Order: sequence, then C-alpha cells, then structure tokens
Amino acid sequence: MKFDSQTYRLTDKGRFGSITLIVGIIGLILSCVGWFTDSQQFYFSYLTAFVFWLTIALGGLFFVLLHHLVGAKWSIVIRRFGESIMMVIPLMAILFIPLLFGLHELYLWMNSEVVASDHLLQGKSGYLNLNFFVVRAVLYFVIWTVLAFLLNKYSLQQNQNPSPEQIKKFRIISAPGMILFAVTLTFASFDWLMSLDAHWFSTIFGVYIFSGSFLSLLCVVTLVVIRLQSNGVLKEAITKEHYHDLGKLMFAFIIFWGYMAFSQYFLIWYGNIPEETIWFLHRWEGSWKSVSMLIVYGHFVIPFFVLFPQVTKRNKAVMTVMSIWILVMHWVDIYWLVMPTLHHHGYHLSWIDLATFIGIGGLFLHLFWRIFTAHPLVPVGDPNLEQSIKIVS
Amino acid sequence: MNNNSIKTVGIMAQFSNPGELMKAAEKLRDSGYSKFDCHSPFPIHGMDKAMGLSSSSLGWVVGLAAIIGTTGALGLQWWTSTIDYPLVISGKPLFSFQAYVPITFAVGVLLSGVAALIGMLALNGLPRWNHPVFNSDKFEKVTDDAFFISIEAEDPKFHTDETIQFFESIGGTNCELLQENQ
Repeated sequence: MKFDSQTYRLTDKGRFGSITLIVGIIGLILSCVGWFTDSQQFYFSYLTAFVFWLTIALGGLFFVLLHHLVGAKWSIVIRRFGESIMMVIPLMAILFIPLLFGLHELYLWMNSEVVASDHLLQGKSGYLNLNFFVVRAVLYFVIWTVLAFLLNKYSLQQNQNPSPEQIKKFRIISAPGMILFAVTLTFASFDWLMSLDAHWFSTIFGVYIFSGSFLSLLCVVTLVVIRLQSNGVLKEAITKEHYHDLGKLMFAFIIFWGYMAFSQYFLIWYGNIPEETIWFLHRWEGSWKSVSMLIVYGHFVIPFFVLFPQVTKRNKAVMTVMSIWILVMHWVDIYWLVMPTLHHHGYHLSWIDLATFIGIGGLFLHLFWRIFTAHPLVPVGDPNLEQSIKIVS
Repeated sequence: MNNNSIKTVGIMAQFSNPGELMKAAEKLRDSGYSKFDCHSPFPIHGMDKAMGLSSSSLGWVVGLAAIIGTTGALGLQWWTSTIDYPLVISGKPLFSFQAYVPITFAVGVLLSGVAALIGMLALNGLPRWNHPVFNSDKFEKVTDDAFFISIEAEDPKFHTDETIQFFESIGGTNCELLQENQ
C-alpha cells in the first residue's frame, strides 16, 4: 500500500480489494450450496449475516448524518470512512432480494393457513402482509440510498470546489434525514427481526438494533484506521486524540446498548405477561441460556470495564482487540435475535452461518474499499480539516 | 487603625491575546513556576498542558462516590426487602435484582453528580469571598477582551522584583502587585 500524503490518495491500493472479492464470491457460492442442502437453515443464516452487515452500513449513514447535524469537527478526518460505508447500502438492497424467496420459511405470518387459525395474527394482518412488507422494504432502501447518495455527492463536490453551499446542503439533508433514518430503522427492525416471532412486540426494539448498529460501525472504523496506519497511511492525520474520541463513543454506546437491552428486558420481566415473556423464555431454553449470559457479559460487562479508563482508549492494541470482540458480540446478538425461531431448544451453529457471513461480508468490504480508495481518504475540501487533524480531546 | 500592614500576595501581568497568554504560560511552566493562574474571557484549548497542570483527581472522587452510591442503594434494597420486612410482590423472589437496578443506577448517578460538584468546588479552593486580583481596575476587562496571568506569592520561585522582570521579559504589560490588608 502506498500513500501520497499531499493529496491524501492511495497510489497503490494493495490486495485488500481482490482478496475480499474472492472471499465474498467463494462465500456466496458456498451459500448457494447451503441453499440446496438445507434451504430453511440457509434463509435464517442469510438473514443473520445480512442484518449484521446492514446494521454496519446503516451505522455509517447515521455517523455521517450526525456529523453534519451537529457540525462535528473532530470526526472530519474519519468522515470518508462513514461515507464509504454508507455507500454500500445499494449493495445491501440487492442482497436483500434472496430473502424475498424465503419469506414463507422465515416468517410464520406469511402463511395464510397459520393466520387463519390465529386470532392475534389476524389482528395484525393489516400491517403484516406480503404486499405491504415488500413495499416497506423498498421504501426503506430507497430512503437510505437517496440519503447516502446525496450526502456522498456533495462530499465529493466539496473535494473539487469547496464552497459554503455544500455545508448548507449537508445540513438541509441531515435534519429530515435523521428523522427518516430513525423511523425507517425502527420499522425495518420490526419487519425483518421482530416479526420472526409475530406474537411478540417491543417498542424499544428499533433503538436496541440502532445501538448495536452504531457501536459496530465505530468498531469497523477503528479497525480500518488501525490497519491503514500500520501500513503507513494517514499517520499524521489521525492521532491518538481521534482514537480516544472513537473509544469514548464506543464506551458510550456500550452503555447505551446495555441501557436499551436492560430496559427491554426489565419492563417485560416486571409486567410478566405471557405473550411478552415468551420471547425471553425461548432465549432461556437449553443452550440459549448460555448465549444469553454470554451477551450480558460479553456485550456489556467486559467492554464496559475494559473501555472505562482513559489509557485503554488511547492504546491501539486494546482498541483492536476490543473492536473485534464487540463485532463478534454484535454478531452473537443478531444470531440470538434470529435463530431461536429456527432452533428452539438450543443454538446450533451451521457451516452455512459462516458461508453467508463471509459471502455478504466479502462483497461489503470489497465495495467499501473500492469507494473509499477511489477518492482522497479525507475530505480535502472541508474548511475545518486542519482543525480536525489538530484536535485535542 | 495603624497596625494594618499591607502584604503582597502575588503579581499580575496583562497579555495581549490568547496566543501570547499560552506562550507565557509555557515559559512560566518551563522556568519552574507552579502556583500561577491564567485568566481569559473564554476557555483556551491546550491551556492545561501549557500550564503544566496534571490531570484532575476529580475522577477518583466521583468514582468512589459512584461505588458507595450503587452498593449502598443495592444493599439497602436487599436488606429492606429480604431481612427487615420481607414481602412477596407479584410472585417474584424476595431478592429480585432486576427491580433494584433502576434505583441502584439512579442513586449511583445522584451521588456521583453531587460528589462531582462538591469535589470540583473543593479542588478549586471554593467557595472563597474574594481574591486580590479583583482589586485591580484593569482586571475588570478579563470578562471582555483582556488576558492576565497572576502568580501567587506562595510559589517557591516567587520574588517580587525578579518575577516582575520575568513577566516583562516574556511580553507581559501592566505588571501589578496584588496586595491585601493584613
């Protein structure tokens, strides 16, 4: 990898792009084999992997929206990371298509005989029906894609000829964009994850997914920055202060995730209504119990104490380990949301889980890398870039 | 009247802009002064480093308060609901930690907040009625567009004439003695 520190461009992009593409294609081919061997397992594994990567892409969109909305300065040097990650959303829209063929296997409420004999599902059929489901999914992806494209377009324009116009546009897009983001993410998580168990409902569910989403985005950005810097890229632009800021946000979102997860659990535990508690009961059955405990400790307690002191947030080795750890935990979290619907009595890892994960992930990272390296790695036209580089947290 | 002696408690000098103030603070730090303070109408990033201040110990105060608050609140709830006055509520176990979490959390936050306020005041030497810098007429502009550094006489390196000379050598103007009636 070669880096030109004058133009902030990579002159030699290294092999990351081709490696991820090959891994991605192999993963998708294996996933196809998986579909032929066990289509139901395939759809559930695919949904897990899809949601895992989608939440990271949406985290990128949120990062950019928030950045413009509050006029953040520290994050200007890492803004292109967020922008490149959110530009993967159109790919996720294409990768959503295979799920449409498995709706009957994934969602019980898609089957008319089941609905006919189920009073609760009949009551919900105004919202939970095939046509509306597809219309909503299209709407989500259109909104996310349009937001991402516009924000990215003006960002590239700013590189060419910076003017206050772009900053104005960033803000005009971001304010309603943030509201749209909140609504679409909430309903998307209701549609794709919560309706797996269509009797169950939790209004906090969308915020729960969002907290994990932004958290995992921070981990991905941290890992990419560390990897780039170990190859001598952006060594002067991104300093310990930026790691510290990333670490602080990560710590904050660990707590935020814990707060949401506990709030969801707490109210259901307190109310003790069977149709609500059943969801947790499923996740307390057999070996799911250990997965639940793993999430409590692995997704909250351990990262909380590790990221608590200042020194760990400024230490690259600790941040690397923590980022990978939290990403693994985020996957476990999504797995724990999806899989109990298929495997009732305990978790059952399948090779298709891995195949779909690396299949979608390979393409995701490949596209991210292509978009990211096609332009200067930092927004060179931003009037506050200098200030962002010199920031002291 | 008469036994009133006037005591010099410090020296203050004015600087023209935040950059000068920062440079002067660095020079004071480097020449070994420790008991001095910078006055500016607005916060200046990096000033604590320029002044050679170590990071505040307030975090430890707050951390201790948080531990006392959470353990205290959890302990109180445990003791009242399992030992002192056991009551079965909606068929749940006597020690239902889930129900105690919000109160534990809230008391922890409350105590931390109070400790942060009181600790901050104590570490800043507040409250106090007055400081001789307020006797200076020029100092009134510190909330508008003037920048000052004051050195306390308690500083081991403090010496009236030398300190004034030093101030002048690093660009300070309007050097003033800060005095107090004894």
